[in-house]
Formats: sequence, structure tokens, C-alpha cells
Amino acid sequence: MSDIASRVKAIIVDKLGVDENEVVAEASFTNDLGADSLDTVELIMEFEKEFDIQIPDDQAENIATVGQAISYIEAAK
Amino acid sequence: MEIKRVVVTGLGALTPIGNTKDEYWEGLISGKSGAAPITYFDTEKFKTTFACEVKNFDATQFIDRREARRMDKFAQYAMVAADEAIADAKLNLDQVDKLRVGVIWGAGIGGLETFQQEVLNFAGGDGTPRFNPFFIPKMIADIAPANISIKHGFMGPNYTTVSACASSANAIFDALNSIRLGYTDVVVTGGSEAAVTIAGMGGFNAMHALSTRNESPESASRPFDGTRDGFVLGEGAGALILEEYEHAKARGAKIYAEVAGGGLSSDAYHMTAPHPEGLGVVEVMKNCLENAGLNPEDVDHINTHGTSTPLGDVAELKAISKVFGDHAKNININSTKSMTGHLLGAAGAIEAIASILSIEHGIVPPTINHTTVDENIDPELNLTLNKAQKRDVKVAMSNTFGFGGHNACVLFKKI
Repeated sequence: MSDIASRVKAIIVDKLGVDENEVVAEASFTNDLGADSLDTVELIMEFEKEFDIQIPDDQAENIATVGQAISYIEAAK
Repeated sequence: MEIKRVVVTGLGALTPIGNTKDEYWEGLISGKSGAAPITYFDTEKFKTTFACEVKNFDATQFIDRREARRMDKFAQYAMVAADEAIADAKLNLDQVDKLRVGVIWGAGIGGLETFQQEVLNFAGGDGTPRFNPFFIPKMIADIAPANISIKHGFMGPNYTTVSACASSANAIFDALNSIRLGYTDVVVTGGSEAAVTIAGMGGFNAMHALSTRNESPESASRPFDGTRDGFVLGEGAGALILEEYEHAKARGAKIYAEVAGGGLSSDAYHMTAPHPEGLGVVEVMKNCLENAGLNPEDVDHINTHGTSTPLGDVAELKAISKVFGDHAKNININSTKSMTGHLLGAAGAIEAIASILSIEHGIVPPTINHTTVDENIDPELNLTLNKAQKRDVKVAMSNTFGFGGHNACVLFKKI
């Protein structure tokens, strides 16, 4: 697992209070990991802070799974 | 319209002198002080360096970690106290009509620590407003009853009353009236506060409202004492289950006391100073007695607002003498803030609980830390100094007054 992937997963485990094993690439924040609309906003903000990047709202809307978050951040770095 | 009778069937408390209703009562009758040096932040530059914090509290022992993270401390305290009260009332949540269960809560401020943290984050940044999406819903004062209703599915009236230190007495009176008028069968009421923060301590210090007896925190809250120098900030929550009398009887509930009435008034005088003759305070106690259909001579015990401030304590006792006349000297008067400190918006709730437990146990908790007579106080008044007193309390009154001149009073009766 890449460094980015493990940091993304750590944030998700911390913020959503889910088990690490559930945080797989295809897991959807809302459907699989129990996030609501406020949680997803917070996750995006945490990613921005952790990786020192900006994720515009129109692109944040397309980040719905763990894998999509990792890919987006890897491309943005 | 038939006015219904209302009783108390459950209690919960999370206080600086005990984390459950029973521990709280033990603390009260043994004269325990909850004051100690502040552990939450560095107080080196603060005029007051102590407070009455809740001790040994880990929210995640009671609330799912993820949920707990979405709540300010004032909301966590509310949830824990409300859960204890609901369990204490032995309410069968599968059998009650949840459309007729309300949550009417009191908080003077709300999520002060959350507000402080978010603003500090912003101030430490580059001017980009990167506020957490939970900032507003964690902070707002109404979120405590919202969380309680979300957890239990209570779909009746749901709101927070805000009248500074009178907030939760306002909430209890609103809960009483909601059931009296037939809008609800059961109301979870009470209040919570968590203002032992940089902003809370700094703000109250700036008003010269707090005791600065840093060398002796435990003896700093000394209501009615000649050397009192301000209140001691406390935090925590108190919860009460109010229930329509027939509803409670039908399910065989334990009944602690009847909520006989309440009173409200305003000083219409000053933002923070009490009226020197206690005019609004006289009115609120009169209102309360009239609302309860009782005479001054019926009252055995008054749990005063008694915050340990130079002006407020004397004004309140003068008002009591005015309302109760000769009978005032027969009343067991106390201030449990001498032990708990001042829980602001939660004060009315935990003091109502103390009054109800006085009725239940036939004991009036003491006003601790009294050493020096204040010559402005009538020596004939029984202020229940330093030691709990046995007393068959049939009727107990609980006074609360808030900055802004808000006065709220509730009255409980043995049943």
C-alpha cells in the first residue's frame, strides 16, 4: 500500500470510526462506511489539510469511494 | 381545559461532585467541594485558575466514538444525564407514544469550546475560512435536545431555552406546562453546560464575576459568607423525566415528587447586576407560589440561586424575607453551589434535582465553607450552614436568576 493510501485510510478510520478492514478501495463513504453529508465534507477537508492540496467542490462531488480519493490525491500531488 | 398534574419519575446527574444521581446526592449531603485547579488548559496568565470540572469522564464509555466526536462536551453531558434519567424512570421505550414525548432542554451558552476552537483555527490560518462542517451543528444550543430525540426517537416538542443561569429552570417550567396542557405525556428536561474554557474563564473574569481565591479552590464558593468574592464556574448536566400523573401511575412508575408550579419574571434593571432590593426576585417567588396554589407557610426548603457573589446573595435573601415574612426563619435555605460551583445553564436542573432528593430523603444538603458572618444578612435565617440538616421537606422551591435579569423558579411537592 502506498504512503498516500495508508494516510487516506487512517483519516477515514479516525473520522468515520470504522474498522480498518472495511476501508477497501471500492468502499463508498456514504453507502458502505456510514458517512453523512457533513462527514464527506469533513473528509475532503482533512485530505486537503493532510496533503496540502485544494479540492474544488465540483471535483469533490466525484470522490465517493476510498479508491477515488486515493487516485485523486495521487494525481494532484 | 383540564389542567393535568405532573410528576417527576426519573433523574440523572453528571456534576463536579458526582457523575451519577446517587454519587451527586452522596456528595451533596457529605458537603463535598467540586473545586480544584483547572486541568483543561494552561491557566498561568488567568486571574482565576480553578473551577468545578466534571471528573473522570470519558464520553466514549457512554456514546459511540463517532457520535461523541460529533458533539461538543455540553451535548455529551446532556446525552449521558438524559440516558441515566430515562433508565431511572424505567420508561419502556417500545410502549410509550413517542409522538407525545418531548425534550425541552436548557443551556446558557452551548458549544463554547467548539466555537473557541474553530475561531482559533481560523485565526491561526492564512485567512481562508476552513471551518469544519460540524462547527455550527456542534455549537448551537439546541443540539443537545436534538441529539437526545434522535437517539430515542422522541418526536414531541424539542427545543432549548436560553436565559443564562436560569435556562434549565425555564426548561423545567416549559416542560411542566407542556404536560399540564396535554401536549405531551412525558418530557425529558434539564440542562447542560461546558464553559470551563479559555473563553469562558477569561470572559467571566473580565466581568469580575469569579472568585479569585486561587490559594484555596475548595473553600472559594462560600455563599452568604462575609468574605465571599464571586462565583466558581462549574460544568455538567442534570436531567429530569417529567410525566403526566395518570400516565406515571398507570405504568406503576416510581414518583419522586410532584412538580407543583413555576414562576418567571424579569428584573428589567441591568445587564448583569441584580436589582438591589431583589424586586424581580420577589415577583418570581410570588408567581411561583401562586402558580402552585400554595401559601408561603407551606414551603419547607429553598435551594437558592446563591452564587457567592457580594450583591446577589444579599438581594436574594432580602427577597425571601419579603415574600415569606416571619415564616422565612422556619425555612431550610441552602446554596448547593457552595459544593458544585455554578453550572450556569445547568444550574436550575441540578438544583431542582437536589431539591427533589431533599424531599425524597428528608435531608437538606448544607451550604459549605461558611466561616464569617455577613452583617447584611438576617441572623435568624437558617442557611443550613456547613452541615446537612434532617428535615421532613414537603415543599421545596428552587430559585435561579440569569444575567439579563431573568428569574425562574420551580416548586416541588411531596406526593
